[in-house]
Amino acid sequence: MSYLEYAVKSTPSGFRKFLYMNWPLTLLLVSVASAGFLMLYSVAGGSWTPWAEPQMERFGLGLAAMFIIAIVPIWFWRNMSVVAYLGSIVLLIFVELFGTIGMGAQRWIDLGFMRLQPSEVMKVALVMVLAAYYDWLSPQRTSRPLWVLIPVALILIPTFLVLKQPDLGTSILLLAAGGGMMFLAGVHWAYFAAVITAGVGLVVTVFNSRGTEWQLLKDYQFRRIDTFLDPSTDPLGAGYHITQSKIALGSGGWNGRGFMEGTQSRLNFLPEKHTDFIFTTLAEEFGFVGGITLLILYGMILIFCMVTALSSKDRFSSLVTLGIALNFFLFFAVNMSMVMGLAPVVGVPLPMVSYGGSAMLVLMAAFGIVQSAHIHRPR
Amino acid sequence: MKQRNPKPQGLAYKRLPRRALVLGGLQAAFIGGLAARMRFMQVDQADEYRLLAEENRINVRLIPPTRGRIYDRNGQIIGQNSPSYRIVIVREDAGDIDKVIAKLTDLIPLNEDEIERARTEMRRSAPFLPVTLVDQVTWEDISKVAVNAPALPGVTPEVGQTRQYPRYEDFAHIVGYVGPVSDYDLSQIDDPEPVLRIPRFQIGKVGLEARQEIDLRGKAGSKRVEVNATGRVMRELDRQEGQPGADLQLSVDADLQQYAQARLAGESAAAVVIDCETGDLRAMASAPSFDPNLFVRGISVADYQILTQDKYRPLANKTVQGTYPPGSTFKMVTALAALEAGIVGPGTTVYCPGFLKVGSRRFHCWKRGGHGMVDLNTSLKRSCDVYYYDVALKVGIDKISEMARTLGLGVKHDIPMSAVRAGLAPNQEWKQRTHGEEWLIGDTANASIGQGFMLASPMQLAVMTARIATGRAVSPRLVRSIDGIEQPTGAGEPLGINRTNLDYIREAMWSVSNDRRGTAYRSRIIADDFRMAGKTGTSQVRNITKAERAAGVIRNEDLPWERRDHALFVSFAPYDNPKYAIAVVVEHGGGGSKAAAPVARDIMLQALYGGTPPLEAYPAGDRERIKEQQKRLEGDRRPKARPDEKDRA
Repeated sequence: MSYLEYAVKSTPSGFRKFLYMNWPLTLLLVSVASAGFLMLYSVAGGSWTPWAEPQMERFGLGLAAMFIIAIVPIWFWRNMSVVAYLGSIVLLIFVELFGTIGMGAQRWIDLGFMRLQPSEVMKVALVMVLAAYYDWLSPQRTSRPLWVLIPVALILIPTFLVLKQPDLGTSILLLAAGGGMMFLAGVHWAYFAAVITAGVGLVVTVFNSRGTEWQLLKDYQFRRIDTFLDPSTDPLGAGYHITQSKIALGSGGWNGRGFMEGTQSRLNFLPEKHTDFIFTTLAEEFGFVGGITLLILYGMILIFCMVTALSSKDRFSSLVTLGIALNFFLFFAVNMSMVMGLAPVVGVPLPMVSYGGSAMLVLMAAFGIVQSAHIHRPR
Repeated sequence: MKQRNPKPQGLAYKRLPRRALVLGGLQAAFIGGLAARMRFMQVDQADEYRLLAEENRINVRLIPPTRGRIYDRNGQIIGQNSPSYRIVIVREDAGDIDKVIAKLTDLIPLNEDEIERARTEMRRSAPFLPVTLVDQVTWEDISKVAVNAPALPGVTPEVGQTRQYPRYEDFAHIVGYVGPVSDYDLSQIDDPEPVLRIPRFQIGKVGLEARQEIDLRGKAGSKRVEVNATGRVMRELDRQEGQPGADLQLSVDADLQQYAQARLAGESAAAVVIDCETGDLRAMASAPSFDPNLFVRGISVADYQILTQDKYRPLANKTVQGTYPPGSTFKMVTALAALEAGIVGPGTTVYCPGFLKVGSRRFHCWKRGGHGMVDLNTSLKRSCDVYYYDVALKVGIDKISEMARTLGLGVKHDIPMSAVRAGLAPNQEWKQRTHGEEWLIGDTANASIGQGFMLASPMQLAVMTARIATGRAVSPRLVRSIDGIEQPTGAGEPLGINRTNLDYIREAMWSVSNDRRGTAYRSRIIADDFRMAGKTGTSQVRNITKAERAAGVIRNEDLPWERRDHALFVSFAPYDNPKYAIAVVVEHGGGGSKAAAPVARDIMLQALYGGTPPLEAYPAGDRERIKEQQKRLEGDRRPKARPDEKDRA
């Protein structure tokens, strides 16, 4: 669809664009973020510093970014996709060479006011470039092998770079998001069946490589898998996180122990309680009711994205919106599975709630694109 | 575009919503799964988890591993763990802390600093966690506290383990000592094990204890305990036993070490005995020494100052850390380099008029009048300097330096002790690189007699002697076995030096000790089976000016201590079948034949006889004096009674 076609249809212009934004979605994002502020206030022992206040400032920044991105027509973002993708690749290579070492992996670039994680940017850039690719590709070619190989390469290059950092969690998320995009675009079922079979084969190989010279994962990654499978093997090291997290979560009960009353988080039993494990604090203090409320909020965000996507007749808009929703889903699904002891500890934050600038800003920018798709959808 | 291909496009538009709904369905299912899991944990199992979290908080407590013990080669204990008593206080139970501490101060002596430290620790940690008030308390004080327990709420005596070194000063330099983990230590280790965070957990700080830390430490066990709301342990749920640290056996012979240490007492000196066959270090004495137990306990400022301000530097391990100009003990190296280069033979003679003119400068022999005609054997026996100036100028420094490295000088021997130095065997390239200057011919003359840039540690000199004695690349070994597993010996490969050339040197060294005109004749061994071959060395630490030379060189005894010459002696024995090699350096001791050779001979005899040697091994004239000395040293070596041990009995 070209700019001319946009002009022919009556899309809102100027400040009227704000009226046509997906306001329920915006409201949902604000409520989830507010839940985050509350939890950060609580884990700091009832203090706005050191986490809640900077987080609010960043959310404000993210909100502004979202509005700005939203009023720019969606076709502009489609044209920017390749630039965003290539830029992210360059950043990933840059951190590989010069990145600061944090938690044993090269992950971020220090920008002074915040730390930029290129792998976070890549999550959105990958979705954009794949959406643009399938928008461009004529649909009857979608399942031809050559035209399947190109998106596969687009997915594997950043996945490999992120895996080298090493950041297993993010690379799996990239694979899943990329695969999801191809699925949405209508690539034939048989490809997915083949990849899943091969994937199972790969997992078996990775486990067999352990202890040999060509070991495919770092020792700590194997240990995390071990502890996940049986947390009691290492009650002081990595298993400690899972054990304590489960205790905190379970002890929340039906309505929780009350705001700022969670003993597990108060007594420092919880690790990383302001980042990856923040959900346990919420579940401990607000119980099942609090946890399920957050889950419902998340689910509603997904539903609103889905509605935007399906009501749009523009292929790029639909794909990019669904892709961003999928990414968002993967974020909280992996994080919650992790703290509930259903998945290994892979270091994925809870979206919009966990403390951390990079992930939140990128997510808000991504929702800006969703909003843009919503505003500029052909009616 | 619309006209060209309407049908497939329509198909794609149909397929997208379908797939979106499939994916959405999967997501909804997963969210449902998460909700179900959450319900299961928070509703069905809530009571169980709440129990774990609240009434009976589960604590994982570490069981510190028992540190590996250290034995000497004959199984005598050198480093062990002994029970230590400490007094801990629980803030929550104590109520008024000031009052409790005041009461405690009436009972037992408490250090102001320690109380202050405990207070800070209490402020930082949870109220139900025990904080150590005083560590290393005597048994007597512990009983006082136990008796008065009702008046001291929250105060409990606890028993733990602490490192103890029963050989006191003897092994301070070899074994080093342990101490509580400091913040600095933690910052040096990436990914520290949780056990290191136990307050006052002891890790090796210096010496073998530090270098073999991982072996000695072992692995911590853990126990899960139920604690009530005040942090008191209610019961133990299960425990996972740790793994105690590995026991180490040293190559050192504790008795010989003790003798050597006692024999060196009163001097600032070092002695190293090495086994020629295996490279085992039989003794590594460095005097004066210190009591490592002081450091385990936490040394007082006053005691520490005494140690640091002593000009004899008791904290320095002179056997490996001290590097000295090897002086005349280096002459074997120069001679071997010349022999191997084919520049001299045993019959080659040099005329020594008391000096050699190199360019415009005169290089003096230590003997003013000169030695006259000198051949290889005489040059070593009487330690003529001019012979070596002359020979070295012909061979060149690079060959000499290479021979020094072959014999183990100027290279680092990796033994698990702190600050092992490599010494220096300089060559032309080295001076260019570090000083940015040309190597001068005068530098070669200085180096040929082990002066100038040349530096070696006593251990290196012992290695050199062992290599000359055996012709093999003997390398030192300090740890004989770890956890019962024998470590590789340092017997070494043949050096590739011509056998006859080595024999010339060994014969000359025999003459040094056994020829009436040899410089170490007075410190010879009479016993036929144990004849010793050696070389004396005296290394200058000051320049002798022209004016002083003219007026007569000032005698060592008339100089202040710091300006006197270092005395050195290296030797091996028995001559026919070398068993041990020894190097002795007496800092500012004067002449090597007078100050170092007798010490080396005494230690060597002790090693050869495996105990006090019979007087018949000494020259007849010395026996009276030696008898006195043996009696005196025997007295010194009796174990000293320590006040704190009586307390614990």
